[in-house]
Amino acid sequence: MQFVINGRSLDADVDLRTSLLDLLRDHFGLSGTKKGCNQGACGACTVLVDGNRINSCLALAVQYQGRKITTVEGLTSNGALHPLQEAFVAHDGFQCGYCTPGQICSAIGMANELRTGVPSYVTADVAAEAITVDFDEIRERMSGNICRCGAYNGIIEAISETLGTIPLPEAKDAP
Amino acid sequence: MSIVQAALKKAIALAPDSWIPGGSPDPLIRERHGHVGQPVSRIDGPLKVAGKARFAAEFPIEGLTYAALHYSSVAKGRIVEIRTSEAEQAPGVVLVMTHRNAPSLAKAPAFGTNPKAAGGDDLAIMQDDRIHWNGQAVALVLAETQEQADHAQSLIRVDYEVDAASTSFEQAIADGTEPGQFMGEPLKLRIGDADALFATAPAKVDATYRTPGHNHNPIELHAATLAWSGDELRVHDASQAVTHAAWTLSQIFGIKEEQVHVTSPFVGGGFGSKTLWHHQILGAAAARLAKRPVRIVLSREGVFRTVGGRAPTEQRVALGARRDGTFDAIIHTGVTAMTPHNAMTEPFIIATRSLYAAKSFRLEVDTVKLNTVANTFMRAPGEAVGTFALESAIDELAAEIGMDPIELRIRNEPERDPTQGLPFSQRGIVAAWRAGAERFEWYKRQQRPRSVRDGDWLVGLGCATATYPYYRMPGGAARITVTRDGRAIVAVAAHEMGMGTATAQTQVIADRLGLSMDQVKFHYGDTSLPGIVLAGGSQQTASVGAGVVAAHRALVAEMLKLAGNDSPLAGLHPSEVGGFDGGLCALDDHDRRESYASILARAQRTEISVEAEASMPLEMQHWSMHSHAAMFCEARVNEVTGEVRISRFLGSFDCGRILNPKTAASQFRGGIIMGLGLALMEETQLDERTGRIMNPSLAEYHVPVHLDVPAIDVIWTDEADPRTPMGARGVGEIGITGVGAAVANAVFNATGKRVRDLPITLDKLL
Ligand code: FES
Ligand code: FES
Repeated sequence: MQFVINGRSLDADVDLRTSLLDLLRDHFGLSGTKKGCNQGACGACTVLVDGNRINSCLALAVQYQGRKITTVEGLTSNGALHPLQEAFVAHDGFQCGYCTPGQICSAIGMANELRTGVPSYVTADVAAEAITVDFDEIRERMSGNICRCGAYNGIIEAISETLGTIPLPEAKDAP
Repeated sequence: MSIVQAALKKAIALAPDSWIPGGSPDPLIRERHGHVGQPVSRIDGPLKVAGKARFAAEFPIEGLTYAALHYSSVAKGRIVEIRTSEAEQAPGVVLVMTHRNAPSLAKAPAFGTNPKAAGGDDLAIMQDDRIHWNGQAVALVLAETQEQADHAQSLIRVDYEVDAASTSFEQAIADGTEPGQFMGEPLKLRIGDADALFATAPAKVDATYRTPGHNHNPIELHAATLAWSGDELRVHDASQAVTHAAWTLSQIFGIKEEQVHVTSPFVGGGFGSKTLWHHQILGAAAARLAKRPVRIVLSREGVFRTVGGRAPTEQRVALGARRDGTFDAIIHTGVTAMTPHNAMTEPFIIATRSLYAAKSFRLEVDTVKLNTVANTFMRAPGEAVGTFALESAIDELAAEIGMDPIELRIRNEPERDPTQGLPFSQRGIVAAWRAGAERFEWYKRQQRPRSVRDGDWLVGLGCATATYPYYRMPGGAARITVTRDGRAIVAVAAHEMGMGTATAQTQVIADRLGLSMDQVKFHYGDTSLPGIVLAGGSQQTASVGAGVVAAHRALVAEMLKLAGNDSPLAGLHPSEVGGFDGGLCALDDHDRRESYASILARAQRTEISVEAEASMPLEMQHWSMHSHAAMFCEARVNEVTGEVRISRFLGSFDCGRILNPKTAASQFRGGIIMGLGLALMEETQLDERTGRIMNPSLAEYHVPVHLDVPAIDVIWTDEADPRTPMGARGVGEIGITGVGAAVANAVFNATGKRVRDLPITLDKLL
């Protein structure tokens, strides 16, 4: 099977039951994407597929052949951290760091959803052209990413500070 | 306590201050222009945000096999038949291990039975057909891939002979309780005749509070990657107790302690759960049997089944007071659950021993035994749930006598430890209350419940005291190596689970040695390093700090010897010398100095390395040493749906000197957020018919998510504790304490409904 991960084409011969998460971690050694529940409840395994965020533990690898997959490892370019990664460090948006790659990928996916006007549960006017991005809007949209260390305040600060400037993953150079 | 122990305790209490560690304050406390106290970003931050920090399940090993566990579906009894042949024949299977073929293992020394014991329980694992709880691992499958192991595990069939089991907390209480013990001491304390004084008190409350079981649920699943080479066992573990884990494994496998090498450079959260449980032991046994390296990653369900959590409690608090609010009697008693195979009692009366002055006390914890997975330490064991009961009762009393709850607490502020009689090392809770009340605008609170409304939402304010003791356990040690280029490496077998250990310790060491942070490397998380340092009890900072103090003293002495008579430092005693600007200097004359590089060069040495053990931690028996915080909560309760939202929260802390405001604030917030979970949603649900946990997933065991958490304000007094290393006290656990009561009290203020049974779910408010 052929996969496009962080701009690189990779081959693997895997069991049809293999999740995208296990493909990344066990077969490609891309352990930046984390496993916190393996059942879609924690968000630690969030990656971007064609710019959309998904829980990779709920995705079968076989279905994602040929799609553009971006993991946390693909966010740095030439060793330099992505602005959102920098902001997570500056605002202490983590403690143990285990949920962090998922939070970061999720935030990038969320930025795309906001830009394309997808409303959420707390959006006051679902018919509005542009979504007003505020504290509640970001909190609601990030609620699929659990942080048991409770770094939520720092995470939201980091995202708010960076939001306008988060580049679309497709625009990013492959490492 | 034996007579000898009691006499020793008395002697330590009465000894002159100068004989006790902390008798002369750590010189670092005076240092106010160094790295300590700076909001330094985590030094491991760039690795973590880039996904490059390697956790236990991420270490590559050649020829790895993957493990899956099969769990018992009954609570007590024995295995009559276990059919494994289908599993053995499934594709990719390397081994199926059950009690029939597991290697012979000694019983796991349970936590508390030896200074290095780390076992969650004391069972002999997979050695016989006995079942001790519903969820116990009865078989382990190893296969070439995780998918194959998971599938093969599902093919195993077990027949059980079922014995009657104790699986209902209520029923067990009705059947009779036993007195509880904590760290070898009875959980029982009587001063005066509290029952008599309570009976005649003019104002009183008497209520029962209940808290359910809780699970830690760190986001990193418990995992280990293990390999044998001969009789040497290598373990990449997720551990908050590496040295303890290695020693305990060596006992189980009958090998020498040095033959077990455990490392744990990053831990994805622990909160008390990342010690030694059956999975690492079974993983090591299977690796030995199969002669292949093993990776064992528990599923989330597996964590609930085989790693214990916080036990449930039922607590009575009865307060007798005079009309002016002063306490005549404090009665805090109740029951908690444990198991026949562990020694951990949830000690919910600990906070009550030192928070308030009263004429009389009766404090008691009794226990019952349930046939469940062994309960264990979870963030602030005792205080997290004990303060819910005590601080709710104080709020009830304040309402009863019509007094502001903060004033009621301050009125009962003790001058010395109210039950031990010891002087406080430092205590700034009144200042924390005042500062917090002002910042939170507490004066706006309406004393009468149900006074504030915003549409469908009833709004209320509540507060509570948070507290956690200063601990330092024996076993602290450190190695300091200074090299000719003026750099230092400090090595301690300590842990980084997100507390910011590596960052804060690097700051401290840089100041102590007079170096910049990038000249210091802090090595940790490895059993080959010195120290028996548990990341628990909020004691790691103090333990490491005291080890470094001792090693630094040895380093200075060695350095002065090397410096000899040609140095500007000649003739100085080690106690007159400190680290400064890349070298040593006389403490009272900074011009008398010499750099490390120069001393080592002259002595023709490339480096100097010293190792020392920390002083015995006697300070807690000489002073009463506790951190405190004033917790403030604004709750909004929807009158139609009963939904509770926390709209504001402030923690005003008094925890000694804050080493790193950035990471400490995160610890405080993280604790408070887990406290919000405890208050509003967390509950491990046991099916009393079968003893099986019914909600073993993050979909059904709810923890706070982004939308549950407001911007949390934290402030602190930053007043150094003169009796602790660096003037600091731990910051990891106090945040969860007091929060349950602050929320319950705010909900009462909003609605007039008093919920004494956690969690405060909407059904209890309709
Ligand atoms: S691991 Fe995928 S959502 Fe938890
Ligand atoms: S940083 Fe530990 S779970 Fe989020």
